[in-house]
Amino acid sequence: MGDVKYDVAIGLEIHVELATRTKLFCGCPSRFGAPPNTLVCPICLGLPGSLPVLNRRAVELGILAALALGAEVAAESVFARKNYFYPDLPKGYQISQYERPLATGGELSWEGPGGPRTARIRRVHLEEDAGKSLHGEDAARSGSAAGYSLLDFNRCGVPLIEIVTEPDLTSPEDARAFLETLRQLLAYTDVSDVKLEEGSLRCDANVSLRPAGAAQPGVPVEIKNVNSFRFVQRALAYEIERQAARLAAGHPVARETRQYREATGSTESLRSKEQAHDYRYFPDPDLVPVAVDPEWIESLRRSLPELPEARRARYRSQYGLTAQEAALVTASLPLAGFFEATVAGGADPREAANWLVGELARLLNAHAADPSALKIGPGHLVELLGLLAAGVLSRPLAKEVFEESFLSGRRPADIVQARGLSQTTDEAELARQVEAVLAAHTGPAGDYRAGKERALGFLVGQVMRATGGRANPGTVNRLLRDRLGREG
Amino acid sequence: MSSLGSIDRLAAGMAAGEFTAVELAREALDRIATLDGRLNSFVTLTPERALAQAEAVDNARTRGETLGPLAGIPMALKDNLCTRGILTTCSSRALKNHVPPYDATAWCRLEAAGAVLLGKTNLDEFAMGSSTENSAFFPTGNPWDPGRVPGGSSGGSAAAVASGEVVYALGSDTGGSIRQPAALTGVVGLKPTYGRVSRYGLVAFASSLDQVGPLARTVADCARVLQVIAGHDPLDSTSLPAAVPDYVPSLTGDVRGLKIGVPTEYFGMGVDPEVASLVRAGIEVLAGLGAEVAECSLPTTAHALAAYYVLAPAEASSNLARYDGVSYGHRATGGRDLEELYTRSRQEGLGAEVKRRIMLGTYVLSRGYYDAYYLKAQRVRALVSADFEQALGRFDLLASPTSPEVAFARGERAGDLLRMYMADACTIPVNLAGLPAISVPCGFSRGLPVGLQLIGRQLAEATLLRAAHAYEAATPQWRRVPPLAAGQERGWET
Repeated sequence: MGDVKYDVAIGLEIHVELATRTKLFCGCPSRFGAPPNTLVCPICLGLPGSLPVLNRRAVELGILAALALGAEVAAESVFARKNYFYPDLPKGYQISQYERPLATGGELSWEGPGGPRTARIRRVHLEEDAGKSLHGEDAARSGSAAGYSLLDFNRCGVPLIEIVTEPDLTSPEDARAFLETLRQLLAYTDVSDVKLEEGSLRCDANVSLRPAGAAQPGVPVEIKNVNSFRFVQRALAYEIERQAARLAAGHPVARETRQYREATGSTESLRSKEQAHDYRYFPDPDLVPVAVDPEWIESLRRSLPELPEARRARYRSQYGLTAQEAALVTASLPLAGFFEATVAGGADPREAANWLVGELARLLNAHAADPSALKIGPGHLVELLGLLAAGVLSRPLAKEVFEESFLSGRRPADIVQARGLSQTTDEAELARQVEAVLAAHTGPAGDYRAGKERALGFLVGQVMRATGGRANPGTVNRLLRDRLGREG
Repeated sequence: MSSLGSIDRLAAGMAAGEFTAVELAREALDRIATLDGRLNSFVTLTPERALAQAEAVDNARTRGETLGPLAGIPMALKDNLCTRGILTTCSSRALKNHVPPYDATAWCRLEAAGAVLLGKTNLDEFAMGSSTENSAFFPTGNPWDPGRVPGGSSGGSAAAVASGEVVYALGSDTGGSIRQPAALTGVVGLKPTYGRVSRYGLVAFASSLDQVGPLARTVADCARVLQVIAGHDPLDSTSLPAAVPDYVPSLTGDVRGLKIGVPTEYFGMGVDPEVASLVRAGIEVLAGLGAEVAECSLPTTAHALAAYYVLAPAEASSNLARYDGVSYGHRATGGRDLEELYTRSRQEGLGAEVKRRIMLGTYVLSRGYYDAYYLKAQRVRALVSADFEQALGRFDLLASPTSPEVAFARGERAGDLLRMYMADACTIPVNLAGLPAISVPCGFSRGLPVGLQLIGRQLAEATLLRAAHAYEAATPQWRRVPPLAAGQERGWET
């Protein structure tokens, strides 16, 4: 890369499938995974004479996304036709928005490694998705004869919003963090189910480099249709290195569109600026302007949940969580809801947060469980933390009980009772166990007496083990200290 | 009995048991068999379906069921209106074998009203033209002289109605495609307000201008058909949610006090002097009936044609992009790659006039030209509308020629595109403004019919129909039988 340092400017265009029941301009189900060409009608197939009718719910979800991003929703936006030929675009044009988008402005903030980060939003607009083409080997795998491509129009007409950022992102990691934050926001607002593996969130990236501190912006290169956040990060990293190498060698960077190759992790030229499409946008005469009155916007604004950023700030100030705890516990709306309900039930906020981001996250991961269909609820955790605080359960036992609640949905108190897990409070019984442990481990007992504090922990652990975890560690501690004649 | 009767006469005849719907359909089919060899009004005939529909009407009547307002009346549809299970070709090679899986809303409503469909009529390919010579299949003849054009693009519908092959037909009007052929064949043609009739299932030419409407031999028949097809359609976002008034009761014959403006500019644009004088005489008839007539001016008229030939092709270039040979319609064989599949399918599938307009439209929408052409034409369109708004603030109606000339000979205009486009000079401004207009026969020049155009305010079809009906009642001398149908006048309603 040489010695020259470059400032990197990255802008993203993110296509998000909206979580509507039906398509943008017809009544066909907007569903993933159906057999090819089964969710189609004359309208989404663009048959001669068919006409589009706008899905109101899609507009609502678009407005919700815009509001969540702090964008200004236009009182009137206009659908335009984006004209180009491709087999999976049956009308020969895509209905999108161009000169007058649904919303403009806004920003998104997140916690970067070096502190808070913000990227500005340029616009949010509504458009329909195209169908899917299968070529070559993909087509052959689906039963196509050699030399033929296959078309699936199920996705054709599925509602999307396109979110365009200003070129405010400065590194591939920054871009990825932005995308993760955006995904979280979209999930919070139920705008999209944001399933990356189903293509419900897709991304194009613009990246340009200029010598550090230079005023003149660099030449932007567009990278098309990168299908995962990981690939966005990789494609950008590759592209930044490629451009830096060119610039360092004294070659200009060509303004062009490039394609990311997953197999090689590299980008390659798709078309030059001269080959760029002229989409001949013009207002779609089949549709009337989308009028959005202020009351509609306000009622949608009122329906928004508290958004992650505001929630993080509140959890820190109201509950005393650390930035990291707050970020973890607000990762999803259900998790944040779980947390708040647990706290409302009387649990200590930080204790609750630690159980959720620790044990719950671990169990969800270990059992590949669906976080939206939990058997364990806030009531369980409140009860468990109560048992813990009251000394009925030791921490290791509490984790066992939590796991059982997680798996079965049974109340912690019931589990404790059924399994006879409650801590032994019978001090005579515990004293007998202490004697037995000291007899078996004379070495550590001597060490402790000789001043090695750590030896006590070992002995406590041995008593706990001997009692099957049912001993109260505090009581054991006290008994051992008493017995060994040193005050703690 | 006769298929040449009016809708109310025929309905009464069937109700009185004088004849059945099946007999009426048979007679119309016979007439088509006799005449259509010379006229070529039809692209597709649907005799089995027609007889089945007619029989269903007869059976329903026998059972004492309430029948729809158009029950048993033989009719035709322009072949750019989608019919489920019936070829809908737009008179284009691109759609030569295209059978839609759904019905146009206008046809749905007619079918529900008991209409008996005899077939689909010829048109200029994708409704682009003023002579029906641009059909990819064959030209249609004018019943007054089969060597002459019937006008266009709804020339097949006009010829079928004028010759008595059907009682009424639907057409579509983007720049005059209902009114101009109605004028050239001596029938009544109504272009409703933009949005009055659903465009769902009308194969688009220029979406912001296209409108479906009836052609019939009488104003009352047009009113009865409009009654059925008009009204809001949730499947068409541009269809107007306004209530539909009762049109037939508005046909009172009374035009006293009606203010009619006569725009001077409409008598200048290459209008044949004889046509002009017949139209002026027609307006005098309305004045004689008590209408208040005065000259007025629509100064932007001269620019309307140019604006239209930017906007209509722009929309068409996008609307016709779907005929790419991929999923339906004509697909060229032997293409080596996608580019060739597209190029050759469109090369072979589309005719010269359609290609001309696609290229024109692509050009005016291109980067660097959009502002100079498309946007400027939109501004002209707004001015044209403002002109009409001002004039129709003073007048209830405007009156003008429908077509500057009578029917011309087939092939006569082939080399003179501008003159061909001028055929719609009097009708195009109305589409730009989205207003309703009607053409009624107002005399003959050199033995060929001339049409009087009345233009109304938005959604004021009732006023248009009232004036046209009063004029028609006062001028029975203009209701003649075309020579081609001579010898079949029995039952011709005059």
